[in-house]
Amino acid sequence: MTSMIKLIGIEKKLGGQPVLQGVDLSIPVGKLTTIIGGSGSGKSVLLKHMIGLLQPDRGEVWIGDVEISRLSGTKLNDVRRRFAMLFQGAALFDSLSVFENVAFPLREKLRMKGPEVTRRVEEKLAQVELAGMGHKFPAELSGGMRKRAGLARALVMEPEIILFDEPTTGLDPLMAKSIHDLIVAMQRRFGFTAVMVSHEIPEIFAISDWVAMLRNGKIAAMAPADEFQQIADPDIQEFISVGGTVVLPGSHVR
Amino acid sequence: MVSNMVKWLGALVVTRVQEMGRMLLFVLSAFAWLARPPFRFSHMLKQLHFIGYKSTFVVVLTAGFTGMVLALQGYYSLRKFGAEGMLGAAVALTMIRELGPVLAALMVTARAGSAMTAEVGIMRITEQIDALDTMAINPIQYLIAPKLVAGLIGVPLLVAIFDVVGIYGGYVAGVDLLGGDAGSYWNSIESAVEWKDIYGGILKSISFGLIITWICSYKGYHTRQSAEGLGTATTEAVVLSSVVILMWDYFLTSVLL
Repeated sequence: MTSMIKLIGIEKKLGGQPVLQGVDLSIPVGKLTTIIGGSGSGKSVLLKHMIGLLQPDRGEVWIGDVEISRLSGTKLNDVRRRFAMLFQGAALFDSLSVFENVAFPLREKLRMKGPEVTRRVEEKLAQVELAGMGHKFPAELSGGMRKRAGLARALVMEPEIILFDEPTTGLDPLMAKSIHDLIVAMQRRFGFTAVMVSHEIPEIFAISDWVAMLRNGKIAAMAPADEFQQIADPDIQEFISVGGTVVLPGSHVR
Repeated sequence: MVSNMVKWLGALVVTRVQEMGRMLLFVLSAFAWLARPPFRFSHMLKQLHFIGYKSTFVVVLTAGFTGMVLALQGYYSLRKFGAEGMLGAAVALTMIRELGPVLAALMVTARAGSAMTAEVGIMRITEQIDALDTMAINPIQYLIAPKLVAGLIGVPLLVAIFDVVGIYGGYVAGVDLLGGDAGSYWNSIESAVEWKDIYGGILKSISFGLIITWICSYKGYHTRQSAEGLGTATTEAVVLSSVVILMWDYFLTSVLL
């Protein structure tokens, strides 16, 4: 397995509390890897280390053959050009329309202008099923539409790596499924390396290539999605069960 | 007991010094990014429109009534010494040297500074600033630098408007309403106001423009991730900007005199 992202011994304290306590993780190139774990276990913090939004107290973050944990300024930006990120709330710019949001990286980073911008933006909006919605503002969109617009903005620069921070949080199950389907379809079509943080068990086993679990500030296990559910560790089994694949004794949920 | 107090005091001092260091690095970074392309002229104009043009109404209103009340008080005080003819000079000098820069800056802090903190703070809370980072766009260059330039240009222009409207307000109250002599009013201004008074006012207003945009955007940029954090940041920004403006005004006045 060739790694696109490699984390070695990552340690991070936030507000004096240890969050990551020696994370070792390799993200395979061209695959969809999902990181699961309890709320507050540090999944989003881990994701932010991958793109240099947070710097580890200890450890190394390798993107390809570049170690980014101590990079800043232009050198870090050079690495970030390979990335895109879909945030929990989509992080669309409120003051810009959907079209302008998607066009933003093209105009600001590539200094593109005119019909080429329009062509690329409309193409991406169509791919995420938002054709004709470019004139709307983020405040006028539903949660699912915001996520789609965020995905279009992430895709428009055709990045090598896309990070998804809980992309279905706050969505109803149908909308969550459609966002998952869209992410998988885009990943299969464009072949980018995808890293997703998610709570959506068991859905993530159907869409991911690899699954890793973060527990007590470390990677408790990482395996191909179909093998992950067979891991004998009782804590992992309990986490997966509570996630919905198994009905616990005494539960009325069916 | 004593050691705990010393510990607490030491921690407080260290925290404050660290905060001041971060603030200094923040503004230095914004100026450093200003010198680097891409130059977003349209962003600066948009901010100038927000800080300058949209504050005009409140500045004109404040200036008019400040000038009027100044003339009212000044007229009755000067009349005791038979010096009503100096009313124009008193109003103009007070406006140009002191009240124009300070009151205009306080109004801009209340109107534009608080909005600036809220805008940047919401962008921080909703991860829009992180989104800029992930797109390899420096948020300080993109968001903060245009605000600093707009503050440096916009506040002196507003102060100039404040001065002119305030002097006219003084004329309305002192001459039209109280019956003072119009010729004396304008003549006393012409003979009393010197260029150094105007330079001093401009210098003050430029520094106030920097203080407002610096503190308000810094507080927004470092907003804690909650609605309460945003409220706290906005309050702190307005209070700190106002206090620093008044303190800096004293120091600058003592140097300029």
